[in-house]
Amino acid sequence: MMTEPHTTPIVEMTGITISFPGVKALDDVAFRLLPGEVHALMGENGAGKSTLIKALTGVYGIDSGRIVVGGVDQVFSGPAAAQDAGISTVYQEVNLTDNLSVAENVMLGHEIRRFGLIDWHATRKAARTYLQALNLDIDPKSSLSSHSLAVQQLVAISRAMVVDARVLILDEPTSSLDSDEVARLFDVIRTLRDQGVAILFVSHFLEQIYAISDRITVLRNGTLVGEYTPEELPRVELVGKMIGRTLEVLSELEGRSERAVVDRSGTPFMQAVGVGRRGSIEPFDLDIYPGEIVGLAGLLGSGRTELARLLYGADHADSGETLVSGESVKLRNPRAGLAKSIVFSSESRKTEGIIGDLTVRENIVLGLQAERGWMRRVPKKKADEVVAQYIEALGVRPANPDAIAGNLSGGNQQKVLLARWLATAPKLLILDEPTRGIDVGAKAEIQKLVADLAAQGMAVVFISAELEEVLRLSHRIAVLRDRHKVAELINSDDVTTDVVVDLIASGGTSA
Amino acid sequence: MATDEMTVKARKQPEPKLTGEVHRSRPTLDRRYLPVLGTVVVLALMLIIGGSRYENFLSGRVMANLLINNSFLIVVAVGMTFVILTGGIDLSVGAVLALSTCISAWMFVHGWPAYVAIPAAILAGALIGWAVGVMVHVFEIQPFIATLAAMFLARGLCYVIAPESIPITDPTIIKLGTRWDLGGGWAITPSGLIALAVVVVAFVTLHYTRFGRTVYAIGGGEQSARLMGLPVARTKVLVYVISGTCAGLGGLLFAAFSSSGYSLTGVGMELDAIAAVVIGGTLLTGGSGFVLGSVLGVLVLGLIQTIITFEGTLSSWWTKIVIGALLLVFVILQRLLVVRRR
Repeated sequence: MMTEPHTTPIVEMTGITISFPGVKALDDVAFRLLPGEVHALMGENGAGKSTLIKALTGVYGIDSGRIVVGGVDQVFSGPAAAQDAGISTVYQEVNLTDNLSVAENVMLGHEIRRFGLIDWHATRKAARTYLQALNLDIDPKSSLSSHSLAVQQLVAISRAMVVDARVLILDEPTSSLDSDEVARLFDVIRTLRDQGVAILFVSHFLEQIYAISDRITVLRNGTLVGEYTPEELPRVELVGKMIGRTLEVLSELEGRSERAVVDRSGTPFMQAVGVGRRGSIEPFDLDIYPGEIVGLAGLLGSGRTELARLLYGADHADSGETLVSGESVKLRNPRAGLAKSIVFSSESRKTEGIIGDLTVRENIVLGLQAERGWMRRVPKKKADEVVAQYIEALGVRPANPDAIAGNLSGGNQQKVLLARWLATAPKLLILDEPTRGIDVGAKAEIQKLVADLAAQGMAVVFISAELEEVLRLSHRIAVLRDRHKVAELINSDDVTTDVVVDLIASGGTSA
Repeated sequence: MATDEMTVKARKQPEPKLTGEVHRSRPTLDRRYLPVLGTVVVLALMLIIGGSRYENFLSGRVMANLLINNSFLIVVAVGMTFVILTGGIDLSVGAVLALSTCISAWMFVHGWPAYVAIPAAILAGALIGWAVGVMVHVFEIQPFIATLAAMFLARGLCYVIAPESIPITDPTIIKLGTRWDLGGGWAITPSGLIALAVVVVAFVTLHYTRFGRTVYAIGGGEQSARLMGLPVARTKVLVYVISGTCAGLGGLLFAAFSSSGYSLTGVGMELDAIAAVVIGGTLLTGGSGFVLGSVLGVLVLGLIQTIITFEGTLSSWWTKIVIGALLLVFVILQRLLVVRRR
């Protein structure tokens, strides 16, 4: 399976340096990609993975360095130029246009033409072929927006196949896929590799890296750490190289050490009684006590996010009653939720969270300002204090309050988002996929932070696709399936992933 | 290492999950057609109301005039549709249309033949459109500002060329306005035919060329379109060229309609064109809409005018009031559609 080490690289990048205002994203980085290999690019958030990819795909210009593709020196003027050179990319955040059909998104720019005009019949047929190559049996005529994020991601990959790519870049392609979908994707990746395509693969799931990669390049803080084969780099060492420090933080959470006992004798901070919304989630009951982490487990699309949106008022419930500290309340909008000290950190940080054009400082202060009302400006001194405190506490990198949030890596944007809500001193914190697309180091930090916040008396609702993570953190777990809360269990050492998977599979009947 | 576990195993999930049937498929028609359908309903209602209230309202003559008298606006609205589909706006079209009438009138007065004057007038519109496109794309100036500048520029040039109204006697232009009788009161003019031809060409361009699909893709998300490797720059410049060209051509049709070149022609016409596009169901945010909808939008505007003329006692300003009300309703309708899609 391994490629001979002496093949000529299809891509050779040397001395790549890129700076943004306030951030040196890449510093003299070298990277090479051989034909017919799967090459994993590893690093923490902010290590420069995305920047390196964007340099290779023509999105960013490079300040210095050389990019050689197929033996030819290249200066890409934009993504179109990179595609012409045979480099195709699937980005972490799905970059398709959801106003158009699936077929169009796959074929845009490569539509099949007859007599100069698009032959829609042939184009749709071609799109269907590309989709089926990924075992994706959806109607090419359907609107992209009618499909789940996972399906959209696969559509994006289908699109990348349309160009006869010599280099395929997959930036976190699996972060919204379930294991079946991942397996299918890997089959496709292996097929392409065997056809001689060079594949650059970025993922935060170490399992996946070791399952598919032929070689691994590690970046840290914008610099190159080294290039390795998976055989010579055991996991622990890989993580060590990525985070550049010992694994104390990780081991601290390893296993389920002392789980604080939650006092459930008093009044819950929030009680939902028969709350539901038609077409969104069936009526459910849920109590959340101060100091308790309630995990929501379930597959993608099982109603985890929908449940959370009802809790803090983003959507109206059309049945049931919500009580906060024993008093019945109507949460009509997120502002009302905020007034009751309930905050929500969205899973789609790009569209519902971070404001990319503002600085880190401005993004953090937003929540605080919203709570105070727009007429009462947060004093600059207080804002600076709060911002500095959270940048420090959460380890936001770069630790520069004036950096533009949009230039930060995904994990650091997530931390900024968390800081925004923590600054409002909430009593109930709802976290929807706070660790998705985040590397191990940052993930452990965020998990630890959540555990600490609960220990200090904050109620937390924790949503994650990673069952392990939910089990490790939660005191109580609500299991969802098909937009239905099917079970609720108190977490203990007897509760394992298998128990929860069984519950999800059986719909709670056998439990 | 526990943190790098894969996501929840779906191994016990009985049904295959990849069919994307996340939202149950509804038997109703594509949502994208809903706004246009609204326009059709409004148009039908107006025809029914007009037909029942006034004699001869539904006669061939009145209906034919609806197309003939609005042929220039149809052409301008078609150009505007391209721009709005990318999420832009073009405020310069009214002034560019006036400039086109002035240039052609001035050239005719100075003895230029029609085969020079007509292309020159259209080219002037295309050039201004190109300049706007470059401003919008290369210098990243908001389309609102760039086209506002172009509007003042074109309007000012009108006064330089033709301070007074210049009558047009050129036979080619006059011929554009000849009525060809089709029987039963129905008639068509070359202007009307040109407008229809523009609509057909625009429709084919938008739906059957890569350029047209890129227009929609940019409206759906410019950043995504760029990352998909689509020629965003070229397309963005080109939509303004198309809008300018349409305005130039519209100017010729208007010159045929009014038999003169005048610097105060088409003041506020850009707003009529925008109104027609929006009433025709195109989202101002871009990415969704149809050129045929814009034609319907123009016809709705024309019908309002016709109804008010038939009413006789109403001031023509009522046209504006009704258009305003209708516009509000349509914008709110669009908003609701967008919100429900989320």
